[in-house]
Amino acid sequence: MLAISRQRILGQSFQKIRPAVPGLRSYSSAAKQITVREALNSALDEEMSADPKVFLMGEEVGEYQGAYKITKGLLEKYGPERVLDTPITEAGFTGIGVGAAYYGLKPVVEFMTFNFSMQAIDHIINSAAKSNYMSAGQISVPIVFRGPNGAAAGVGAQHSQCYAAWYASCPGLKVLSPYNSEDARGLLKAAIRDPDPVVFLENELLYGESYPVSDEVLDSSFCLPIGKAKIEREGKDVTITAFSKMVGYALKAAEILEKDGIYAEVINLRSIRPLDRSTINASVRKTNRLITVEEGFPQHGVGAEICASVVEESFAYLDAPVERIAGADVPMPYAANLERMAVPQVEDIVRAAKRACYRSVPLAATA
Amino acid sequence: MALSQLAHLSSSRSANLLKTLSSAIPLQRPISTATTPITVETSVPFTAHQCEAPSRTVQTNANELLTFFRDMALMRRMEIAADSLYKAKLIRGFCHLYDGQEAVAVGMEAALTKKDCIITSYRDHCTFVGRGGTLLEVFAELMGRQAGCSRGKGGSMHFYKKDSNFYGGHGIVGAQVPLGCGLAFAQKYCKDEAVTFALYGDGAANQGQLFEALNISALWDLPAILVCENNHYGMGTAEWRAAKSPAYYKRGDYAPGLKVDGMDALAVKQACTFAKEHALKNGPIILEMDTYRYHGHSMSDPGSTYRTRDEISGVRQERDPIERIRKLILSHDLATEKELKDIEKEVRKEVDDAVAQAKENPVPESSELFTDVYAKGLGVESFGADRKDVRATLA
Repeated sequence: MLAISRQRILGQSFQKIRPAVPGLRSYSSAAKQITVREALNSALDEEMSADPKVFLMGEEVGEYQGAYKITKGLLEKYGPERVLDTPITEAGFTGIGVGAAYYGLKPVVEFMTFNFSMQAIDHIINSAAKSNYMSAGQISVPIVFRGPNGAAAGVGAQHSQCYAAWYASCPGLKVLSPYNSEDARGLLKAAIRDPDPVVFLENELLYGESYPVSDEVLDSSFCLPIGKAKIEREGKDVTITAFSKMVGYALKAAEILEKDGIYAEVINLRSIRPLDRSTINASVRKTNRLITVEEGFPQHGVGAEICASVVEESFAYLDAPVERIAGADVPMPYAANLERMAVPQVEDIVRAAKRACYRSVPLAATA
Repeated sequence: MALSQLAHLSSSRSANLLKTLSSAIPLQRPISTATTPITVETSVPFTAHQCEAPSRTVQTNANELLTFFRDMALMRRMEIAADSLYKAKLIRGFCHLYDGQEAVAVGMEAALTKKDCIITSYRDHCTFVGRGGTLLEVFAELMGRQAGCSRGKGGSMHFYKKDSNFYGGHGIVGAQVPLGCGLAFAQKYCKDEAVTFALYGDGAANQGQLFEALNISALWDLPAILVCENNHYGMGTAEWRAAKSPAYYKRGDYAPGLKVDGMDALAVKQACTFAKEHALKNGPIILEMDTYRYHGHSMSDPGSTYRTRDEISGVRQERDPIERIRKLILSHDLATEKELKDIEKEVRKEVDDAVAQAKENPVPESSELFTDVYAKGLGVESFGADRKDVRATLA
């Protein structure tokens, strides 16, 4: 039996030899499913095992096993010198983390939610993001700031903000946001290995969700490239960009749209900074229509940047105005019905896509 | 000066006379006299909080005192030259000068090795030089030239020298304290048996993040020494208007502290030696250096609207750190007045030469706008003001 080896290069750092003979490999039916939580936990575990300079810091990451159990078991495995419970003092412990990174260690600092990162934002921006530039390359800052970002359920205005746009506007930072388990593993590993400060925006509501992962994703050398978006679903009629939880919503919207004969191409950004402008523009040049989806506040948001990029690079290809779906332009309310209105829903994405395809029902019939 | 003349001079003095006219000419005295211990008392005893103060009797020697003199004279000259360059508009933006405070930088270096880390605020020129930075690197950086320590990309507030464990140079008041505690954390993590000195001013001493970092450092036994350079004014605000308790050495509460005459280089050295030993065994300690800056907060501040000229000249007369060492050297017959003046002349020439060299140095290439945004640029695109006109790929 001839077995022809074919090498495929995935991402920037992974190579696998696969037999060309069909039938010898099985796909999704036998693929393992893991939760995003398990994906993040295993990524942290593997990177800590591979590099003794990696350590974890944050509130409740150790003895409590993690506020959302992302760091479960790591204190027992690596000890209190590498998994450190901090007091509730974000400015202080974030500064300490950045200082440790200056010296050459690789801290992973957890914010219980990114809302609390605002207490430490000076260290993220002025101490971490800008240091390599100000020092002309002498002081690099190999740190990861991670934690849940954006809306949860019923937690109110102070605990629901999305910080993607704020952090992604800052040169010197890299900003990643995973959607599924594969993203969570590959992007967190990439973030920890990267020599620059990375803001890693997770989503609390996705932690318990399960997604299929292949053997290569489960391999400890697995890593996803920073700065590359993924086309989750191919289409020809309209491009929908999204990140984190909204990718799931965009995929659901795409299924609904297909029933109406609209084939949407769904792009999972994965990387907010650097933004994969070439993948987005290539898609829009194919479909001629664009919907941007995000959970965060609409003004000066991620969608605004994507829209500007497409207008600058692919204006002649647009057949319709770019549509933005975002969180409502209000602080997050508590009441369930209002909260539902404050966050994008699948029907919002469907409606916008139809508008872009000139398929929406007119508001008022002409006499 | 001919060697024969040197010999003639020495015969008319005690055997302890040290002659150094320049660092290029070897010592004319046997080594034992240059390093013979000399015992000096600090100007005032140390005041201690939650610890036992070190003795005010300090061991030094001729070599060390002359090095102190030379280094402080160099720093003084350098800062004065920076003042002129700023007024000539060759230095732009912020320029915070350290003249008056030299004894802290110099005394601290005498107690440390380059394995120990130092991090400080924006008043960083002399601390950088103490860590081994050159005059050319200072003046070129201040003037935004390629030969600057940050290749012109940082400016006055952002001097770094990683190979000597000098981590800047920080513009945000107080931020350097948690960063310094992070350096200490890393030193402990790596088992380096070294310490970090995190310097901050009396203005920064009220910052919340300082207490957050001190709390964590004490809980985790980090080898961190917090050094308050108390020059008694946070910009234009006197310490009694900013701090309910200006006894900064006590503000650590559970953390021990020492109050030190920051105008006495030997007292600074003694306190830093004590603090290093303490921190390696017992965790964080606070040193309050009672010091003074002759200039205003920065070059935009005349420094005389919130303090009297009499106060400034009074400190210069009574407590100047260079004069203190000069008197010590002369009273112990370690050099003549003329020799000390010659050192000052030499130092002035060194500074003038460095300024001239820096003035000739070119500004950064335009491509430098886009370098070092990241350590690993991933081939990402970056943009100038008009992105259709200027784009770059980050390596």
